[in-house]
Amino acid sequence: MAFQDNLVQIISDPNLSPKQKSNYLALAAEASLPYLSISIAVNQAKEAGIICDMFEGHAPFKPRYVLPDYVKFLQQGSQYLELSPVQDFDEALNALTIIYHHVPSVTSIPVYLGQLDDILLPYTDGIDAESIYRKLKLFWIMLDRTLSDAFMHVNIGPSDNIICRTILRIDAELKQIAPNLTFMYDPDITPDELLQIAASNICECSKPHIANYPIHANAYDGQGFGIVSCYNSLPLAGGANTLVRLNLKQVALKALNIEDFFANTLPHYCQLTYELIESRARFLHEESNFFNSFLVKEGLIEESRFAPMFGIYGMAEAVNILQGNPEITEDSLDKPSQYYGHNQAANKLGHRISKALDTIIKSTPVTYGYHGRALLHSQGGISLDKDVTPGVRIPYGSEPNPIAHIQALAEHHQYYTSGISDILTIDETVKSNPQAMFQLCKGALSLGFREFTANVASNDLVRVTGYMIKLSDIAAFKQQGSRTNTTGLGAEAAANTGMLNRKPRVVAQELSPNYAK
Amino acid sequence: MQNKLATVSQIQPFSCVDGPGSRLVIFLQGCNYNCKNCHNPHTIDLCDHCGDCVPTCPTQALTLVTTEGTSRIDWDSEPCTQCDTCLSVCPKQSSPKTRQYSVEDLLVLIHNQRHFINGITISGGEASLQLAFIIELFKAIKSNKELSHLTCMLDTNGSLSINGWHKLLPYLDSAMIDLKAWQEETHRYITGRDHHRVFQSLRLLAEHGKLYEVRLLHIPGISDFDSEIEAVATYLKQLPNSVRVKLNAFQHHGVTGEARQWGTCSEEQMKLLASALSQRGVGNLVLPSIYL
Ligand code: SF4
Ligand code: SF4
Repeated sequence: MAFQDNLVQIISDPNLSPKQKSNYLALAAEASLPYLSISIAVNQAKEAGIICDMFEGHAPFKPRYVLPDYVKFLQQGSQYLELSPVQDFDEALNALTIIYHHVPSVTSIPVYLGQLDDILLPYTDGIDAESIYRKLKLFWIMLDRTLSDAFMHVNIGPSDNIICRTILRIDAELKQIAPNLTFMYDPDITPDELLQIAASNICECSKPHIANYPIHANAYDGQGFGIVSCYNSLPLAGGANTLVRLNLKQVALKALNIEDFFANTLPHYCQLTYELIESRARFLHEESNFFNSFLVKEGLIEESRFAPMFGIYGMAEAVNILQGNPEITEDSLDKPSQYYGHNQAANKLGHRISKALDTIIKSTPVTYGYHGRALLHSQGGISLDKDVTPGVRIPYGSEPNPIAHIQALAEHHQYYTSGISDILTIDETVKSNPQAMFQLCKGALSLGFREFTANVASNDLVRVTGYMIKLSDIAAFKQQGSRTNTTGLGAEAAANTGMLNRKPRVVAQELSPNYAK
Repeated sequence: MQNKLATVSQIQPFSCVDGPGSRLVIFLQGCNYNCKNCHNPHTIDLCDHCGDCVPTCPTQALTLVTTEGTSRIDWDSEPCTQCDTCLSVCPKQSSPKTRQYSVEDLLVLIHNQRHFINGITISGGEASLQLAFIIELFKAIKSNKELSHLTCMLDTNGSLSINGWHKLLPYLDSAMIDLKAWQEETHRYITGRDHHRVFQSLRLLAEHGKLYEVRLLHIPGISDFDSEIEAVATYLKQLPNSVRVKLNAFQHHGVTGEARQWGTCSEEQMKLLASALSQRGVGNLVLPSIYL
């Protein structure tokens, strides 16, 4: 499509707001520039879908994720924003509301809103619990309505405090898409009862996401870290300058066999990934002038705390290809015993790939990195991914029971410093039994899960007093058998699966990074 | 220690509906009731290893192994596609797809899952038919340092004798009991058995603080909880407040024979029964989350 036709289409799209149109127009403008200079080999791998720049743009002028030090911001005020140091709770909320609009990211709105209990607790003296609740609730509604994007992320915990508890209460009440929420859990600090509240919230609204605080904290220095966007762990007062991801499925397809994969193809394509990372980071740090911004000048972020994220996806397919497994079909779903996620040898091969990646990441220097290195990331996928599974996940629809699922993947978690986006699907019977969610979460974290994310879904497979059945079977059965209740069942099933289909009101740009009609 | 074996029809490693928290559930084969409405009739009878099902299996998952004159059916789960042909041809309406487990086997399994579960539940079939095995298993769990925090529960039709309960009680945390009907005749019509044992069991467990849940299966026009609502409510109210009263809605799936002609229980009918009970002061009601 001619450049101008594309612009016309964006401008006249009936489904986009003016703001979204501006974003897509900016992306189109950036995409009309020549791509950064990269080698022919990198370009070929990019064109072939082996490495992917996540559509961050041809000339990156803002980092992918930015994690400002909001504590410092409130304490010192901002010359640039003409704000004096904050004195009380209202001023704190007001100042945050202002600065959020000046924190860029790949989605053009902030992906990190801060560790809100650390940030706000110093300003709660003398305010009663009910006032905190009312003020935070308004704040929560404001966030959802003005910065609507499920990648905008708040952190709370691991300590037990009034801000943490109030946010959990409000989040379960409002059930908004935004902001996303991570609850930090530390077995030495967090009382079980608080984790139980968080687990009950997951049953209510699939939020929060639970982070294994000690593991994350150990991965970073004393200045701290934050969880942003869709479960990326990054240095506080820094962030990710870029995210380039490697499609392990494609890498496996290029390999002659398992040994060739480890000896040749994987190192080769990692090398090309690094080339792309280098050229993108160099442009951002050296040409774009981003690091002259007030965020740097006022000490809210530091250039040295930015690192590239080295993302991977398609682990499941890579393992199955390398093992010579036939493609998973409807029929093989029932007994997928030789497949990734179900079979010891397959799972072990997966762990070996993660370990090999970890070794490469830890031994490969980058010009602009955290202590001179990139951070390995198990990437959650974007809307353009077809026939390839996000990160190291087990393909959707073929997951084993939740415990076997956790046991199959736990080993991977140690390697993915900047986050591992895994999602457990738990059938809806857990809704009336949040204690089960709590126990599952604790079990996963104790086994080394870096993060625990659960979707309470209405699986096709449901348990009826003593045996498993498939909803779809029942529907067919009911149609052929007695006619009564058919409508009731249909309505019920629709209501049950409704939450799965629930789409964000605003298309999230990280998931749909380009304009496609 | 004796080396007892249990005949297991299924093991579910993570269940949210068989007691508090997350539970590993062991379903034992065999039942002493013959409920017309059974949705799992092939768990009622034990396979007698006649071998009739062997040639009908399309994937050769079944073989008849004869050692020293006795034949045993051997089921290989690997090739089995769960087509259930074997279930439909069995003259006893039984299943060859069961497995023998020793207490040790189960302990290994439970040990592997211990971080994820709050406890285990033995269900059926009718679990209490293999009481000696259950006692041995619960005893072993309670005396194992790494497993002793797990709660041990039993899901039963309540037909166990007082004597049997007394043997089990020291190792049992709590139980769930099905009450299939209020009137003796109704109970006998549905299950083929009388129900004085069920009421005895309910009373005994309530006295010992070990009754977790009583379950009523509502079959409109067949079970009599609605027509006997006053008596049912009065009875339920004298149970400890902590006891959950779980209402189940009768459906046709898996049901064979005359019960297929009975009407299923709709959400509206369920809600009617529930509100009749709560109007009469019955608390702690749990309704089905789906009707299928
Ligand atoms: S399942 Fe039935 S048919 Fe098969 S061996 Fe056992 S009793 Fe015979
Ligand atoms: S369900 Fe029965 S008949 Fe079917 S494959 Fe399995 S063992 Fe064979």
